Amino acid sequence: MYSRAYKATVTIPPLLWVTAFLLAPYAILFCYSFWSVSSVQVIVHNWNLQNYAQLFRNPLYLTVLLRSIRIAGAVTLLALLLGYPLAYYLSFHAARRKDLLYQLVIIPLWASYLVRGYAWKTILGSDGVLNGFLQYLHITHRPVEFFLYSPFAVILTLTHIYTPFTFLPIYASLEHVPRNLVEASHDLGASPFSTFVRVILPLSLPGILAGATFAFVLTLGDFLAPLLVGGPSGIMISNIVVSLFGAAYNWPLGAAISFCMLLLVVTLLFATERLEKRFTIS
Amino acid sequence: MNVAQSSVRAEHPSAEPLLSIQKVEKCFAKRAVLCGISLDVASGEFLTILGESGSGKTTLLRLIAGFEQLDGGELWMAGERLDNIPAYRRQVNTVFQSYAIFPHLSVSENVAYGLRAKNVPRNEIPSRVAQALAMVKMSEFAQSAPSRLSGGQQQRVALARALVNRPRVLLLDEPLSALDANLRRQMQVELKSLQREVGITFIFVTHDQEEAMALSDRIALLRAGRLEQVAEPREIYGNPRTAYAAQFIGQTNLLRAEVRDGTATAGSIAWPTAGASGPATFSLRPESIRLASETHQVVSAAHATAHFRGQIRNQTFGGALDLLEIDYGNSHFIRARIPNPGPLMGQQNFEFDAADAVRLLETSDA
Repeated sequence: MYSRAYKATVTIPPLLWVTAFLLAPYAILFCYSFWSVSSVQVIVHNWNLQNYAQLFRNPLYLTVLLRSIRIAGAVTLLALLLGYPLAYYLSFHAARRKDLLYQLVIIPLWASYLVRGYAWKTILGSDGVLNGFLQYLHITHRPVEFFLYSPFAVILTLTHIYTPFTFLPIYASLEHVPRNLVEASHDLGASPFSTFVRVILPLSLPGILAGATFAFVLTLGDFLAPLLVGGPSGIMISNIVVSLFGAAYNWPLGAAISFCMLLLVVTLLFATERLEKRFTIS
Repeated sequence: MNVAQSSVRAEHPSAEPLLSIQKVEKCFAKRAVLCGISLDVASGEFLTILGESGSGKTTLLRLIAGFEQLDGGELWMAGERLDNIPAYRRQVNTVFQSYAIFPHLSVSENVAYGLRAKNVPRNEIPSRVAQALAMVKMSEFAQSAPSRLSGGQQQRVALARALVNRPRVLLLDEPLSALDANLRRQMQVELKSLQREVGITFIFVTHDQEEAMALSDRIALLRAGRLEQVAEPREIYGNPRTAYAAQFIGQTNLLRAEVRDGTATAGSIAWPTAGASGPATFSLRPESIRLASETHQVVSAAHATAHFRGQIRNQTFGGALDLLEIDYGNSHFIRARIPNPGPLMGQQNFEFDAADAVRLLETSDA
């Protein structure tokens, strides 16, 4: 049994922290979403639902939101397709190279996000590395423009940036698959492929879900990659929020969009956590 | 699956052994774990590989199952080379020490796993699963999740999951070691009767010599990667080849004696023996020693009984048998197990049959 004083000392500081830096800002954000901006660029506290109505009336917002979801879905899929085989190889077949390869996956996480974004700008640009290479090989004769400033560039960049985040939980879940279950499966006559489908894959589902959630949620809220390599056709929902809070000076509308995004992400996290629990077997 | 098959006994292995282990070698990180193991296992036999931890017994089992690759030697099953077939094509099933029940599948799905993997006709699977679960008395748990089963129940599921495939050889890796003493004894009896019932060859790994003696047709005693002795339990107990075998299987007294002209002498004890002169070590089981009445001191040639006098140093009541520690001179102790002797004190006369003192093979470490 812990004393009341002890319980208070360990619980009150984090509670204060969460209240001051999370709950209060969200509450303020929530309030803002019901206010409006007057013609002289002043935020007026007249409570109304105009911002939310506009969200659904103006096709721009829904288009960009759907595009963001599509991009997030594509990044999630690619990150899974890249991350799972890598995690599987590392966990089951890398043997002595395991530690080295693991570090190689982790190291990019230490490099600044911006640096990696700019690197793709350099690679994909019209006089960039990729175009130079293609022209050198005489595959193309003039710079290909659509590499950069397109949803494609955003997907590529974000896949590169978020694959390690997908890899890590998958790798962790694969490491937790008891190896004697794999042996038992072989022992019972299941081929390596069948063992993968019937034992390893089902037991790594929690890791897949966690990894997919990381990639999806992080991509959905990303605004730097579209800014750097997205161009007008690669704009995502966060870019709109940024501009509403900045140049466009419409904090209430920005708050409404933010709050909808927050709701979407929290619902998603809640759902995947429930699913993860269902697939996790003690 | 009938009683007739159970009469296939292993006393005289037939010309063609079911499983032949030939000069098998295995190293881990350049350290030899198994050094030239050769062993034939007959069809329907219950063979126990007995050894301390680190003796290589589990490694030998894993080689037969196909989880490890040989570094030397060959494995043959029913006239076919076994060691170059992958684990999933061997007609061998394993009961793992930790059971290795698939946690994401129900009990019946676990048991059906091997049948599905081998493409057994779908309509045949449910009845075979039900039959296997009935055999291990787990029918009522068919739909349960494995996490809700006790260790003993998981053990039974593991057994059913292996036996449902009707393997030619069933490998059991210390399957009872995680169970408590009572359940363990009960499972030993069930395991033995199950083996008789199905007539499948069992290769059973354990470090428990009592378990080995209770269950096995033959015991292969493994020590540091080498076979110390392979024999029936009675033979290995009654005629251990080495001091290690004598001490590992049951309790014994090791008598370091000098043999001269057909008589062995260890301190104040002397008994007739055949064999070459010179120093020798004998094994004398504690229960071979009896109390002798003083009037029968004459050595009869026909029975060749050895007599000695000793000081009782310690008597431990043990129910049916009392354990005595006897000082037979110069603080040389010998232990005896004697049925219901009543309280004993001071000097007593003891005797044993000379044939019960087994001369052991001299090994460097005896």
